Amino acid sequence: MSGASAMVRDGVRQAMAWLHGWTGLLLGYVLFVMCLAGTLSVFKPEIGRWMRPEVTAQADSKSAIVAATGWLSKNAPGSTGWYLTAPDGRANTVEASYDQGTDYLYRALDPVTGAPVVRETLGGEFFYRLHFELEIPYPWGRLLASLAAMVMLVALVTGIIAHKRIFKDFFTFRPAKGQRSWLDGHNATGVLAMPFHLMITFTGLLTLASLNMPWPISAGYGDKVMEMYEALAPGAVTRPAAGKPASLAPIAPMLTAAEHEFGGGHVGRVYVFNPGDAASVVTVYQSDADTVGYMRGQASFDGGTGRLLKSWVERRPAMRTYQVIYGLHMARFAPMGTRWLYVLGGAMLTLAISTGMVLWIAKRRERQPLSIGNRILERLNVGVITGVPLGAVAYFIANRLLPIGMAGRPEAEVSVALWTAAVAVLAGLVLRPAIGWPLMMGLLAVACVLAAVLGPVWSTEPVLLVGNLLFLAMAGALALIVRRQMRRRNAPTPARRRMREQPA
Amino acid sequence: MSKAAALRARSGWRYRGNVALRTLAGTVGAYAVAALAAMLLARALPMGRLEAVTVATMLSYLFAPAVSVWAFLARGPWVALGGVVALSGLLAGLVWISGGFA
Repeated sequence: MSGASAMVRDGVRQAMAWLHGWTGLLLGYVLFVMCLAGTLSVFKPEIGRWMRPEVTAQADSKSAIVAATGWLSKNAPGSTGWYLTAPDGRANTVEASYDQGTDYLYRALDPVTGAPVVRETLGGEFFYRLHFELEIPYPWGRLLASLAAMVMLVALVTGIIAHKRIFKDFFTFRPAKGQRSWLDGHNATGVLAMPFHLMITFTGLLTLASLNMPWPISAGYGDKVMEMYEALAPGAVTRPAAGKPASLAPIAPMLTAAEHEFGGGHVGRVYVFNPGDAASVVTVYQSDADTVGYMRGQASFDGGTGRLLKSWVERRPAMRTYQVIYGLHMARFAPMGTRWLYVLGGAMLTLAISTGMVLWIAKRRERQPLSIGNRILERLNVGVITGVPLGAVAYFIANRLLPIGMAGRPEAEVSVALWTAAVAVLAGLVLRPAIGWPLMMGLLAVACVLAAVLGPVWSTEPVLLVGNLLFLAMAGALALIVRRQMRRRNAPTPARRRMREQPA
Repeated sequence: MSKAAALRARSGWRYRGNVALRTLAGTVGAYAVAALAAMLLARALPMGRLEAVTVATMLSYLFAPAVSVWAFLARGPWVALGGVVALSGLLAGLVWISGGFA
């Protein structure tokens, strides 16, 4: 019996099942973090509102940008650039990146006064960045995320090929049967939303294309990459500072003119380059909520005079395709119902990954005693699958508990999230899984209740209300799972009625 | 094949070598094929330069998983590795002819 030909005899399906298992295992935890953070990012604007409850004022996108640039003109005139995202009815603050002769700051600006919001926080931006940068410095975080996405694409394709009865598996669930239940759960969450999983993985890879697939760019442009960026956004203007101070012309007419250039589209982002300089440029991008296509049009103005320099609305078929694919990932176009479908799809993918990780162990435990490596994995599963959500909830709790006006407050919130997750992973390694699972899930439930209470729970402001209810629903679901686990652990072991093993 | 025999077949060094070679072909090889095919398409597609680059990039994400899967289905590990190397070599030659590597 030669090992070399074993794989061929095992047949296509077994080979694919094997590849599916190993690719999933290899970057499963990274993918788990990415999927959870990505799912939360769908509600980035709403998370921002939950985390900045003091901001109740709302303003339309144009007047909010006018307020923001007014405040920045007084407080950051020497900046090299203001990068502003207008509120769109979902978020109610202007998201701003700017420097004050220092590093770039990220601040949410009040839509009426234009000043930074008192409760300084990254809001949903933390989850958004975590989703594709993983708290690892550029470019390594993005490269790791790219690698994980490529592995995921292989895991999805091999998972499909490994399936015997892809249709029947939709409807199969055999609860409380160990490995079978985990397999059914994995199949249900993985297969039911398969088109979403494939779409989100493919489109996600494309958003980081210039990092993970730069070769066609260098084949087309060599070392003249700037030419590509110019061709990519022909309505954008880059020019050096003149070195002479000057003030900005009124910005409102530029915004109105830009909307006219977009054929009635809305103002999305506004970038002001060298705002205090005579050669300043104001570039207005169309709102991503207008169409599926991402960054569809832009218009640039001379900052000093307000004169239109260039404008562009994308019509090239290949570029429209690219923008639509990009936009499908970002989901900024999505109306309320579609947005919930994105969350549902993301949640199912997160569950498919976590059930897959648990299945890896369940499958091996039923065959023979676990090896040391698999015993470590079993405990890492406990720590990561409960610890990452625990870190996320701790982030929300820290947002309510850290003193307002504290120096470095946004960074402190992130630290709380990361340290909580780290301690949870350690706890998962130390505790016996039979105790670790219910204990950590119980802790997560308690944390959810605490976050809802701190909301505060009696708030009737719609975003706070829905957020608090979701925390409570999560706590309720976790409590049910923990109760079942405890009951099963205390009940006498039933006679095994397991059917004969069959490879998945 | 009995269960025990299957387990034994899955632990020998030949099996490990088999997996290692296929993994090499399915990871580094798959990426190389995708990158080279995209480079070639970026030059060869009959459209504007930016559009050709963009379409080539989008297609590259379909090539890579296809080659990865094939590497584990090929007749033997050396067929997988040889196939990927041959295909990369062919594509690299065409990229070179179409104007070098940068």
